[in-house]
Amino acid sequence: MTAPRTLFAKVWDAHVVHRFPEGPALLYVDLHLVHEVTSPQAFEGLRRAGRRVRRPEQTVATVDHNVPTGDRTLPLDDPIAAKQLDALAQNARAFGVELFDLASPQQGIVHVIGPELGLTQPGMVVVCGDSHTATHGAFGAFALGIGTSEVEHVLATQCLVLSKPRTMEARFTGRRSPGVTAKDLILALIGRIGTAGATGHVLEYTGEAISALSMEERMTVCNMSIEAGARAGMIAPDETTFAYLEGRSRAPGHRDWGRAVMTWRQLQSDPGAAYDCRVDLDAAAVAPQVTWGTNPGMVTDITGYVPNPDDFATADERQAVERALAYMALTPGTPLAGLPIERVFVGSCTNARIEDLRAAAQVARGRKVASGVRAMVVPGSQRVKAQGEREGLDRVFLEAGFEWRNAGCSMCLGMNADVLRRGERCASTSNRNFEGRQGAGGRTHLMSPAMAAAAAVAGRLVDVREWEVGSA
Amino acid sequence: MTLAPFVRHTGKCAALSRANVDTDQIIPKQFLKRVERTGFGPALFHDWRFREDGSENPEFELNQPDAAGATILIAGANFGCGSSREHAVWALAEYGFRAILAPSFADIFLANCCQNGVAAVRLSGDQIDDLVRRSRAGHGAYRLTIDLEAQRVTDEAGFHAAFTMEPYRREMLLRGLDEIGRTLLEEARITTFERSRV
Repeated sequence: MTAPRTLFAKVWDAHVVHRFPEGPALLYVDLHLVHEVTSPQAFEGLRRAGRRVRRPEQTVATVDHNVPTGDRTLPLDDPIAAKQLDALAQNARAFGVELFDLASPQQGIVHVIGPELGLTQPGMVVVCGDSHTATHGAFGAFALGIGTSEVEHVLATQCLVLSKPRTMEARFTGRRSPGVTAKDLILALIGRIGTAGATGHVLEYTGEAISALSMEERMTVCNMSIEAGARAGMIAPDETTFAYLEGRSRAPGHRDWGRAVMTWRQLQSDPGAAYDCRVDLDAAAVAPQVTWGTNPGMVTDITGYVPNPDDFATADERQAVERALAYMALTPGTPLAGLPIERVFVGSCTNARIEDLRAAAQVARGRKVASGVRAMVVPGSQRVKAQGEREGLDRVFLEAGFEWRNAGCSMCLGMNADVLRRGERCASTSNRNFEGRQGAGGRTHLMSPAMAAAAAVAGRLVDVREWEVGSA
Repeated sequence: MTLAPFVRHTGKCAALSRANVDTDQIIPKQFLKRVERTGFGPALFHDWRFREDGSENPEFELNQPDAAGATILIAGANFGCGSSREHAVWALAEYGFRAILAPSFADIFLANCCQNGVAAVRLSGDQIDDLVRRSRAGHGAYRLTIDLEAQRVTDEAGFHAAFTMEPYRREMLLRGLDEIGRTLLEEARITTFERSRV
């Protein structure tokens, strides 16, 4: 009898190629996702050392971070961004790596297209030079963000040198109330444990509120694991996972399907498996969340108020809250509901999948974006965009006064032209409310797609639970 | 990539006494379009260092005359959180920092430091507070020595702190190791592993 193991331990153990005497493991990587911003220096390093990509067939590239989301028939007006896109195209060609470029109907945010194509599968080790790689953990993969030097290392060796992280179980009991989304669950967790709460750990999300989530909702939860400081987030695969994957172009085909599912069924934490620590959250007690500060841990219920720095325990916290409120131009005691906004962003690897767009469209249907508000919808991939158009979501958004754009990271990080102007306040479905994240001087409030769409219509932050939606 | 080994370093300090400094602050996104590893130093902490009109913000810690020429950054907890962008470490290194002292670092940032020969050293919150005070009192003359071999941080006025670092990371820094070259020594194991999975 072997000792009971966690899901993470099972995936880890199955990928250890070697243990270095100094401690860390040489871990085998099944899938390496590559994008234009964190890869050029890595490919250049290979070139200088005369090295090849060890497993090009396990490496997939796309462009997402700096791509324009407007008219794609026009040439890029940013020559530096164009150079970075060209560099990836050249590198993909030279090193034999598959690339979904701007012209591809499969182009999209790397963390949206991996699952969508069926590339991401349970039990895999997935890496990408992007911290939101944690998204893929929704399938029971160990998926983590790495730096560019590590990207080069994986390209050259198909392995990563890594010390074994500790494990943390985040158990969500109970059932979500109507109007409460996966985004609210993960924001509530980050609010509880803080942005460094899971540093050095792999989070495994468990409990009935997690099992009840769709795959896309699970991806939203795992996506923001990094915002709690975690190396990765994972959810054990189940029937929901298998149903999502079956028939996807890169998932195991009909002949291999049965055997694959049989293997994937083993990927559960064994009864009695020990985590290094655990946090419990009652999903039934979670309300729609909205951030008020400059990191995702600065979050509260939409029914809440801007906090007072004096209410925080330590001098460091008080100083941080004061800084955040000054940046966000907020006064303690102000109700969050009712806060006027000028911009709305529905998009990002957190919340730009078809279910997210449906949720936002349901709120927007038959309504109008408030005057003075600029609202944009940026689908996570061109496939999501096409799906949305088949369902008529584009018309719902356009008729309501939202912009309907092409796929990319867009205003989640504002590397392209989609940015906030100084002082603009934005209701955003993205993952980071850091100072300047969406544009220098911009003020970001993170929330769910339905909440963001409601804010667009109202012109201010509102509690979506007080809205009648879905009647049209 | 071969790096200069980090064994022992003595240098001037600058203190950035705030928690949760994210990599978006260290190097904002508008500077991530370069395809080289160089050219990021001038944009380090851009939105804090410079005002809207492009002039230096005299309030910002690194713009104080005392901070000129600093090679050691004393920072707050959870330093380097957020985006995985290694550009943040490239910017810090190019600006002149050889070492960062903080109560804690974000995981990816810590790995990125090691890959670039920057010593990221964890000290206790109290020790960091003490160093911030000493550094401020020293008005630009304050110097620290980081001895990675002995795993110890000292000044000339009696400050003494032992620290630990993961042995693998320490070894990489001490010897300026090329991690890829090192892994490729295990090539046969990787091939055997791949064959065992088919």
